[in-house]
Amino acid sequence: MEHSKEDQKINKAQDPNPRFASEGCSVLLDVNDGDRLVFARLSGGAIFKIGNTNYSLKPLIGAPFGSLFQVETGEDGSFLSRILPVKKESTSVNVIDDDARDNRELIDDNESQSLTCEEIEAMRREGAKGDEIIEALIANSKTFDNKFQLSQEKYKLKKQKKYAPKVLLRRPFARSICEAYFKKYPARIGFIRVDALSILLTMANVTAYSDVLVVDMVGGLVTGAVAERLGGTGYVCNTYKGDSASSVDMVKMFNFTDKVKERIVHSSINELSSAKTAPPEENNQQESSTCDMVEDVSVTAEARVDDIAVRESKIIKAPQPGVKASKEAVEMWKENGFSSLIMAAQDQDPWTLAKDVLPLLSYSAPFAIYHQYLQPLATCMHNLQQGKMAINLQITEPWLREYQVLPSRTHPHMQMSSFGGYVLSGIRISTT
Amino acid sequence: MLPTESKKALSFKRYIEEGDLVIVYERNDVMKPVKVIKDGVLQNRFGVYKHSDWIGKPLGTKVFSNKGKFVYLLAPTPELWTLVLSHRTQILYIADISFVLMYLEVVPGCIVLESGTGSGSLSTSLARAVAPTGHVYSFDFQEQRAVCAREDFEKTGISSLVTVEVRDIQGQGFPEKLSGLADSVFLDLPQPWLAVPSAAKMLKEDGVLCSFSPCIEQVQRTCEVLRSYFIQIRTFEVLLRTYEVNELKVDTGSMIGENQDADNEESRPSKRKHRSNEDDTISHDNSYNATSVVMAPPCSEARGHTGYLTFAKLQCLYLSLKGWIYNSTSYHVLDTL
Repeated sequence: MEHSKEDQKINKAQDPNPRFASEGCSVLLDVNDGDRLVFARLSGGAIFKIGNTNYSLKPLIGAPFGSLFQVETGEDGSFLSRILPVKKESTSVNVIDDDARDNRELIDDNESQSLTCEEIEAMRREGAKGDEIIEALIANSKTFDNKFQLSQEKYKLKKQKKYAPKVLLRRPFARSICEAYFKKYPARIGFIRVDALSILLTMANVTAYSDVLVVDMVGGLVTGAVAERLGGTGYVCNTYKGDSASSVDMVKMFNFTDKVKERIVHSSINELSSAKTAPPEENNQQESSTCDMVEDVSVTAEARVDDIAVRESKIIKAPQPGVKASKEAVEMWKENGFSSLIMAAQDQDPWTLAKDVLPLLSYSAPFAIYHQYLQPLATCMHNLQQGKMAINLQITEPWLREYQVLPSRTHPHMQMSSFGGYVLSGIRISTT
Repeated sequence: MLPTESKKALSFKRYIEEGDLVIVYERNDVMKPVKVIKDGVLQNRFGVYKHSDWIGKPLGTKVFSNKGKFVYLLAPTPELWTLVLSHRTQILYIADISFVLMYLEVVPGCIVLESGTGSGSLSTSLARAVAPTGHVYSFDFQEQRAVCAREDFEKTGISSLVTVEVRDIQGQGFPEKLSGLADSVFLDLPQPWLAVPSAAKMLKEDGVLCSFSPCIEQVQRTCEVLRSYFIQIRTFEVLLRTYEVNELKVDTGSMIGENQDADNEESRPSKRKHRSNEDDTISHDNSYNATSVVMAPPCSEARGHTGYLTFAKLQCLYLSLKGWIYNSTSYHVLDTL
């Protein structure tokens, strides 16, 4: 078995998570404190666009996750440069209470800034740093001094975002991947908000050495999140109707080691529920065709999601996630049943799926079913109750509110996501 | 409760043995943890259940009392445990627990520090997340609570994953020996801001801290201190709305019907009686047309507030691999703890 250098390093240190961004690994770039979240695969030639300028991602290779970069201008143009955060002294509350300035003198006539666009561009060409431009903007603002202290801070922040954008190098995790997709392409993950995903994982008791059955029709988000919690033990088996497994491409965004990847498998519902005889030749054929299909989808999907030049991804290619479950594994599951189930299937009726899939679980196995709509889950729950197939049934809808916490200015965010999906959870029981 | 090796996974552990911890399930809101003992009996309002009848039965099946009433025996999970554990303090519930695990980025092999231990509701879920190779170090300043928590972890079979120590984290900080080893730190303290500097010292670079506080003033003060050490400071509130599922008969008859006289009115009750013997959707009178519908209204009462969850990531100051190597050598110290 060949392991990359990075893997060996990780194994040696027994660190459950990689601490450094290495060449070829997947990273999450967080621009200006969450304003923009972009996935990228690091390579010497990878390019990242902020505003109208392209930046090479080379400076990020080898940097620890959590490091901060800022745009700087040098002789060869702009580039990303690592900066160390400045220790901030906490602002005194009293200053704010005593501040009597307000916006009564403020007139929105678009004439308060005397610095023109051309002048700013000229400064940039001469290699002025972002911070210097901001200083110049403040010096040339007629209204800045009259502003309330908090508005001054806001003004500075706004200008910083524009003229001196900061990029935070983040490690992709189920949490950040879900958040990034929910923000940008919620439909692709079936509108699963991060709190709903966390409830799915909890209610399905996902832990090391468990054999988790999933019906993942949300691009691999659930499969990846489960694999992350299995840490290279047990199995996450994605099951599907018909002949081809649903794409679980998102799994590639997690930086899984080979040990973890080996535990991601798929198997059709027919194979899992049918009698023990299945012609082996047919299986092999199916495997290769499935892989091809997954690959096709991946190239386009990645290019769209990453919103970045991913041409490089062809050079350093992550292996396709998910192989067909081995015959031994399938036999084992037929014998013992799965230890839990998570379903997140868009455009599918949960009851239709549940009645086929639930019998594949061990007795006393917990399950969690996600759906974007309430009614199909209500029907599913009603039928499970009537059929006495499960107990401890509950439909929940998580509600998540973020707060701005600042001295004398603490309040909930003005905008919030008002919907993150419904979860039906329960425990399978023996009907006899 | 948690499999520490593959043989102990739920799917392999199908039959109840003596010494097992099972959850006796009567109803959604009536459950009880019971340790199976050969001569043991369970008595409830449905009669007497002999443990000896349970041994050898698969989990998730019905067992009957001497009066012929049944309960279900379930495998314990951290979620069920949270519902049945004895409350020594206010505990964290499923929505908060789930969100904390997700945001603390806890995966198998992680080292997590927690204070206070309280009733051990979160500790149990943290243990599940770090299993099989990680570890949870939990601290509580009250001796009695620590003792009870240790007993509970022994009972649920997770004691190899959780170490409980008596220590005043606000006053003394976390023990020096854990410096730079923690992937995540969870604080549930009355004055969490006092523990922040120590928590920062314990964390690996880019490690995550979470502070749970019921009051906004606590959050306010904590955030002020956090800003000196941490970045990506975010505060959330997470709640759950639960739904009931009811099957109702709904009159779907049209309002504008054929003209009816008094006789017709009289005949309706008998018609309804007649219908109950048949399929309930059939009706000849379009002014009364009962259809059976499954509907899901929200439960009328819910937990309105638990606490605010503040998350933050430790600033990353190391420039090169060197710093990390320093960290990873101290990592090995762990074996000698």
